[in-house]
Amino acid sequence: MTALLLPALPIAVGMVLIVAGFFPGRRLDRVAPGLAVTAALGTLVLAVAAAWTRPSARFPLFGGLPAGLAVDGSSAALVVTVAAVSLAVLVFAAGEFAAGEARARFFGLMLVFTGAMLVTVTATGLAVLLMGWEVMGAMSYALIGFWWRDPGRVRAAGVSFLTTRAGDLGLYLAAGAALAGTGSLELSALAGADEPWRDLVAAGVVLASLGKSAQLPFSFWLSRAMAGPSPVSALLHSATMVAAGAYLLLRLQPLLHATGWAAPLVAWSGALTALLLGAVALAQRDLKQLLAASTCAQIGFMVLAAGTGTVAGGAAHLVAHAAVKSLLFLCAGAWLTALGTKALDELHGAARRYRLVGVTFAVGALALAGVPPLSLWATKGAVLAAARDTPALYVVGLAAGLLSAGYAARALVAVWRPADAATRDDTERQGTRRVRSQAPLPVLAVAAATLGALVLPPLAGPWRRLLGDTTATGPNATELTVSGALALAVLALTWFSARCSGTVRAPFALHWFRLEQVAVLLVARPVWALACALARFDDRVIDGGVRAAAAGGRLASAFAARRIEPGIDGLVNATGGTARRLGALARRPQTGQVHLYYAQAAVLFAVLVLIVLVAG
Amino acid sequence: MTVLSLTIFLPLAAALGLCAAPRLGDRAAGWAWIAACAADLALTVALWIGHGNGTGVSHETNLRWIPSVRAGYHVGVDGLSLPLLALTALLFLACAVCSLGRAKRARAFAALFLALQTVCLGLFAALDLLLFFVFFDLSIVGMYFVIAGWGHGDRTRSALKFFLYTFLGSLVLLLGFIGLYLGAEPHTFDMAELIRTPPLSGSPGTAALVLLAVGIGLAVKTPAVPFHTWLPPAHTDAPAAGSAILAGVLLKMGPYGLVRIAMPMLPDAWRRYAWLVIVIGVAGVLYGALVAFAQENLKRLVAYTSVNHMGYVVLALGAAGAGGEEAARRLAVTGAVTQLVSHGLVTGALFLLAGVLYDRTGAYDMGRFGGIAGVAPVFSGLLTAAAFASLGLPGLSGFIAEFQIFTGVIGSGGGGTAVAGALAVAGVLITTALFLRLLQRTLLGPPGELTPRMTDMRRPELAAVAPLLVSSLVIGIAPRFLLDTIEPVSAAVVRLVDR
Repeated sequence: MTALLLPALPIAVGMVLIVAGFFPGRRLDRVAPGLAVTAALGTLVLAVAAAWTRPSARFPLFGGLPAGLAVDGSSAALVVTVAAVSLAVLVFAAGEFAAGEARARFFGLMLVFTGAMLVTVTATGLAVLLMGWEVMGAMSYALIGFWWRDPGRVRAAGVSFLTTRAGDLGLYLAAGAALAGTGSLELSALAGADEPWRDLVAAGVVLASLGKSAQLPFSFWLSRAMAGPSPVSALLHSATMVAAGAYLLLRLQPLLHATGWAAPLVAWSGALTALLLGAVALAQRDLKQLLAASTCAQIGFMVLAAGTGTVAGGAAHLVAHAAVKSLLFLCAGAWLTALGTKALDELHGAARRYRLVGVTFAVGALALAGVPPLSLWATKGAVLAAARDTPALYVVGLAAGLLSAGYAARALVAVWRPADAATRDDTERQGTRRVRSQAPLPVLAVAAATLGALVLPPLAGPWRRLLGDTTATGPNATELTVSGALALAVLALTWFSARCSGTVRAPFALHWFRLEQVAVLLVARPVWALACALARFDDRVIDGGVRAAAAGGRLASAFAARRIEPGIDGLVNATGGTARRLGALARRPQTGQVHLYYAQAAVLFAVLVLIVLVAG
Repeated sequence: MTVLSLTIFLPLAAALGLCAAPRLGDRAAGWAWIAACAADLALTVALWIGHGNGTGVSHETNLRWIPSVRAGYHVGVDGLSLPLLALTALLFLACAVCSLGRAKRARAFAALFLALQTVCLGLFAALDLLLFFVFFDLSIVGMYFVIAGWGHGDRTRSALKFFLYTFLGSLVLLLGFIGLYLGAEPHTFDMAELIRTPPLSGSPGTAALVLLAVGIGLAVKTPAVPFHTWLPPAHTDAPAAGSAILAGVLLKMGPYGLVRIAMPMLPDAWRRYAWLVIVIGVAGVLYGALVAFAQENLKRLVAYTSVNHMGYVVLALGAAGAGGEEAARRLAVTGAVTQLVSHGLVTGALFLLAGVLYDRTGAYDMGRFGGIAGVAPVFSGLLTAAAFASLGLPGLSGFIAEFQIFTGVIGSGGGGTAVAGALAVAGVLITTALFLRLLQRTLLGPPGELTPRMTDMRRPELAAVAPLLVSSLVIGIAPRFLLDTIEPVSAAVVRLVDR
């Protein structure tokens, strides 16, 4: 029961709020934040209870195929994370919106989104998983395009939804292949699917996960997703949405390894995304864009973990990153609301003006940088430890770690250095000069600082057992020391270089390697051109054929009417005329005078006699 | 008179009643129409409850009609016809509610629609080929008068094109039916007998020709590519209620005929030409979606998405004959039937909403709108919901249908069907793109040229559209009540095709 109630609670409350948000008067706007926070709190209570009792629910869905929701070890970790982050974000968002804004719609969408993520992480089969997965995508569309009057934001929402849905097609394929290969849609059966269906399932799952998690080459949608309100970024790009892809790969890690090719592929895409998007983050001049790129990069570490098989390390990185990144996005959102800007140089001194935000941001940024003893230092160590066997992978991962220290340090320096000539307010919108609902920030900061303990003794053992990870080797002390020292060195270097020079100039990386333009050029434009060409073809050729057939019919009838019909009619008329003339001729002898009839009879009789004589 | 016959002929009786009461005002005629439709919907629900989830045909009546050719008034319902009967009754009720106080010459309009409702219900209940054909043809006649009498724009031309094109199709269908009649020993038009002993099982060449005739006749009505070009003008110039019925009910007659007649009566030929059916289905999916993507006119766009959605149905029915895992093919057929219901609900809602737009602004050009969400929030919410239902968002009925079709087609285990399924999946992405474009250009962004003329939904319009979308939501969240009814039939159809 709890398994069903857990996602049903936020979805039901969210639906009510969304529907109410469309009706005139929008009477629920005033109470929407309170209602949503209460629902999120209830969801968190349910999530903790579910993590403790491990409920499961089975129900028939399609044909004889069973479907269900269950909270097992790895989903227990996720449901609590999702519910907690969502509560924190909603509490923060309660203070974010002005009185006139459609708050009922916003909070409703956020709740349905949270519920969909809970469905995704507790689903036991591909059908139910796909349902949560796609609803999450659609809600992200509505949330990114929340300020719908701005065509740029609407376009951004469309790009995000279309890109992730392009990846989602992989899950449809995987579901079909799973049915062919295993006779069911259960996630636990996928690794044992028959060949070649297992390869297809793996390919579909990898495609969908890379799309959802904004890994290369799909990363660009995350940049566009920043057009949404800051609480949206804080929820979508920390514990949910992008995390769903990584979670699915971690959960289906046996499948990836069973195929032989999928695991290394996934490991390398994760590692390369971590490295290249780290470089993108380093080149950004906008705080939210920097955080977005860093999200891609950090998710890359989780994907790398799925590829190398360290479920415990990857999951710990996921949980810790959720806390870190939701904290950082909320801080960025707080400054954006208060100061009206998110450009890095215009934010100079922002941390000093709003101290609590500044301090909590610093904790998050230091954790992101991998500074010991904060969370991501340890979890990243655990992920890299599993990549030791492939030195190239390890080196790429390590370099990506250094980059994360670099971009985290840049953000930290930008907001903490004193206000200077570059500092500007209200360049993007009118700031409110106050930060409301700061309560979630310290809580998230504590989580961001301490969650690394999950991969360190004494918690490492129970954590691994929770996730059913038997193979993982923990990070050793040397590696942790070296990575910590390197992070600190990069931090110091960035600190000093930022004081001297300023921005990093790398236009290619600044524009996310122009991935979106490439996608538009290679996919969107050709499809649009094809659509237009086919529409013309449909009009001219196919319907033209129908019109031509009709016109042919009309022509034939005109021809028949003008040429054939007069001929036939003429023939009929001629026959009639001939008959008439013959009649007239026959009427000639009918004079009515008896003597003439006698004469005619006499002539006829003479002819008859003649014939008889001649013939006789 | 059985309950089923009462259900079928109640609307006709109401129509005659309306004709017999010339003094009746427009308002009263509208309410009488709604009352008749509501009573009929209640009757279909009663039929459904009475039928339960059984496999066979229930509520059967078989009366002598034209004994010389062994054609009878044979009607009955099973898991295939019941959802479509309920859909028909619901959509006609929605049209009645939506037209309240809006239709010109309301009494005649109501009478025409009620007569058309009898025709549609009769078709889905018919168990005799000749009876089926009579209803099939009468539906064309009824819709012709709806478009020609109450349409707008170039309505006479569109109505004529619709009539001639689909009537030609129905003549080909009649040839096919005659072929089936002659092929049966003894000659009969009775569907139950024709299904029990498939005609022409000994002569594959003739069977192929008969399947070709039946297939073309039904493909025109479905419509399957390339027989679809009558659809966009008919929709564009039809009144909103007419479009909703045309897309929601009349199009269903094609695929319904494939499942009811072509597949079980010509199983050998269906299996032999399954690949052709699959190709036509995939072509419909991709071609329909792409052409819809490029449309500027809202109604033409929705019309082409119908081609796309019916393509999924044709693909699934083709895959059912292509061999492979039986459970997967059952899933595909169940998905196809679910798609018929889902498409009826969602596209019906989309056309009624397009009618609201036209009622206020007199235009369908998307480029002249924008930012409607600001002036008509309820309309925008409903259109968004309908668009997401149509693009197959989980939680709404379209996903339930399409997921089963994709999984069933790919899961049947053949390499070719897997490729066909994969190609069809791509149609989902194009549909997404075109609906996002639709929302972006009409509802969102800055206000357009015609936006100030737009006003929000009136009560009757809301009362007409909301139940359709709520039904879609119910099927999307708790589909078992529908699937429990359909699944026995899809199992039977797959078994019959495999004979």
